Amino acid sequence: MGERSKLMKNFWRGGELFVWMTASGVALSLLMVAGMLGLIMINGLGQFWPGALQETTLKTQETVIGQVVGEEVIPNSITPDSPTGQRRFRYRVGNRDVFGSEYRWINAADIVSSAHPEDLTLVERREWGPAFGRITVGVEGAATGSASGSSWTTVKTLVERANQLRRRIEHLEREEIGSINYRIEKARLARHALTLGGRLAPGDAEKDQRLLDQITALERDYLTKTEALERLHKEAGQEVLFLTVSTGRSVRLSLDQVLAVSRPNGMHWGEKLLAYVQSLWLFVSTEPREANTEGGIFPAIFGTVLMVFLMTLAVMPFGVMAAVYLREYANQGLLVRLVRIAVNNLAGVPSIVFGVFGLAFFVYALGGTIDQWLFPEALPNPTFGTGGILWASLTLALLTVPVVIVATEEGLSAVPRDFREGSLGLGATKFETLRHVILPCALPGILTGLILAMARAAGEVAPLMLTGVVKLAPALPLDEYLPFLHLDRKFMHLGFHIYDVGFQSPNVEAAKPMVYMTTLILILVVVSLNWAAVRLRNRLRRRFAASAV
Amino acid sequence: MDIQTRSLSPTTPALSLRPTVPQPRLTRPHVAHGTSVDAKVLVRNLDFYYGQRQALFRVSLTVRTHSVTSFIGPSGCGKSTLLRCLNRMNDLVEGARAVGRVELDGADIYDPAIDVTDLRKRVGMVFQKSNPFPKSIYDNVAYGPRLHGTKDKRSLDELVQHSLQGAGLWDEVKDRLMQSALGLSGGQQQRLCIARALAVQPDVILMDEPCSALDPIATGKIEELIYTLKDTYTVVIVTHNMQQAARVSDQCGFFLMGELVEFGDTKTIFTTPHDKRTEDYITGRFG
Repeated sequence: MGERSKLMKNFWRGGELFVWMTASGVALSLLMVAGMLGLIMINGLGQFWPGALQETTLKTQETVIGQVVGEEVIPNSITPDSPTGQRRFRYRVGNRDVFGSEYRWINAADIVSSAHPEDLTLVERREWGPAFGRITVGVEGAATGSASGSSWTTVKTLVERANQLRRRIEHLEREEIGSINYRIEKARLARHALTLGGRLAPGDAEKDQRLLDQITALERDYLTKTEALERLHKEAGQEVLFLTVSTGRSVRLSLDQVLAVSRPNGMHWGEKLLAYVQSLWLFVSTEPREANTEGGIFPAIFGTVLMVFLMTLAVMPFGVMAAVYLREYANQGLLVRLVRIAVNNLAGVPSIVFGVFGLAFFVYALGGTIDQWLFPEALPNPTFGTGGILWASLTLALLTVPVVIVATEEGLSAVPRDFREGSLGLGATKFETLRHVILPCALPGILTGLILAMARAAGEVAPLMLTGVVKLAPALPLDEYLPFLHLDRKFMHLGFHIYDVGFQSPNVEAAKPMVYMTTLILILVVVSLNWAAVRLRNRLRRRFAASAV
Repeated sequence: MDIQTRSLSPTTPALSLRPTVPQPRLTRPHVAHGTSVDAKVLVRNLDFYYGQRQALFRVSLTVRTHSVTSFIGPSGCGKSTLLRCLNRMNDLVEGARAVGRVELDGADIYDPAIDVTDLRKRVGMVFQKSNPFPKSIYDNVAYGPRLHGTKDKRSLDELVQHSLQGAGLWDEVKDRLMQSALGLSGGQQQRLCIARALAVQPDVILMDEPCSALDPIATGKIEELIYTLKDTYTVVIVTHNMQQAARVSDQCGFFLMGELVEFGDTKTIFTTPHDKRTEDYITGRFG
């Protein structure tokens, strides 16, 4: 008995239990993070794998073509004669334009037979989501396709040709005609600016005429381009595709609507892998379609990275300078202590509050004033007086400035006193000491602040919704027109994209994998931004490793 | 590893110091050699306070040009405080205040008109803990001259070489001037700090227990160095090590509780001290 109680006492005193508790705390945290990442990856990465198409015949003689995407026990179906309950499958039947809904539940009991015929085709379209069925080639005007000229290779060649044509049309529309439109608008605004005072100033008549000539020339150019565009459209040819869907109905598919065709049942795994990588690449490199539920997320990735970058540019100088003043120059009295407390508390203010401030101050007050002074010709259309990437970045800079200040102050206070004295002892002034010795030594600490700020900013959505994020931005904030970086433009953001696709889209069910995938990309973007900063910091740290005597 | 052993090797050739760079300090007016008042630094009735606490009580002494002066005494006796008064390093301490007079070449250094950075340029300092900047060896030595306006690459090179030679470090580092100073051994780092101080071409060099963190061999090198430095500079050294004071210094001051108990020729202090307290300290009865 005595032996045992002594053992117990030692157990409590030795803190073995405490070690176990702390270790399990770590294990639990790791498990949660791994679980989260795993869930997102499984749900997101699976969507690009070309799944098999199944043709199922039901008891009602109905045929269903689709991908099986889920399976469950029918609720309340457990009866004495079926103790495990009845099962049902969830089919993605596609053809939203024909069936009205993309998904369908089919009870296992209703299924007579299932098969995976190789000629089942998956068609990716510009609108209405995917379509499943058997494909044939026909000519414009015919009611159905002819079985003859409809070999699979013909279909693929046609689609390939149509895609090439579409790329040319898109290039013409966006790059060339877009550029002409942009320049016409610039010239129009410039003319408008000349007459802002009420009437044309005498010296400006020549200028005005020159602008007018420019516009006329551009408009002529525009006409020739549109003619070229029409010619291209005519080149599209006579062929159309017909898709026989599961009900036996033949649906006409205009070739310019078709993005890709594939027969996943006939692919071996190498082809599938290739198709998978291709879809993944298209996802991160193209623009969204269909109210963001289809296509890629490139503009959102670009917007996120650019915004974080601009925020960094804004927050670093201010945060570092404020911290240098607080730590090095200010008299360490009550006032500085209060300022420090205020700065720390600022970090805890809900981000939406910053959003409201950004809207009121940056967008309306600052942007409105800039518009009046610098862009009066565009009014009443706002230029800077509406949300844009500049205001969003500045709002986030404000949000993250406390983080930078705190980290920089810590970095500064960690610089050994010896370095200061050594420098001052050589006749350096305080400023020279700061510049040549203290700031370089504090750089790793400053970069830590930057890393924390970036992590916070990249994940923030609420303030952006008020200050410049949109669900679909017509143009990237960075392009080939002067001044290249358009700070007034609205932009897309991965965080907002997740919200928009997941909860605002007309086809929530089909968008689910997109949400997971976008989440995964957001995580990757944040991680890689941080990784880059951490590497930079570690390199500096090695250079400034503390002296070991 | 190789560097370490080399620096510790006792067979390093004797240090040489033959400055060839023109030395402006020689043209400066100062008290001529040979007179009885051959004073470089003059301290008169100096009281020093850290806030309310008084750290020095009416200290008066004279540091002779081209000599080594050492301050000894138990911890907290004010010897470091006095040293840091000589280049106004104590200005950095909040609430620190000096009353009295400290002269360098006859000019009061606590005169509000004096430029502190200029003073520190003339009165260099080597600290207890070696504190090379996290830069290359070259940049460490060139730090001061660059700040004070030496831009020319060749004269910088010359100055760096000269200062490193002066600190007896040149032979050990000449092949790796562009490597980080933090890769040097403790003794080398301390000599680098001395070279860094020499590069500014000061008149006076203050050393605050420069060997307290070093092993005996590195200490020996520094002591040898101090001995040669006095040909060109005036050296003031604070030390805990009485043997060291006896070995390197010409004059010695014994401090106790902020008071300068005794000041005079080192030989006299160590053989026939006038004050009982000095004798007790030196013979190891306390402290």
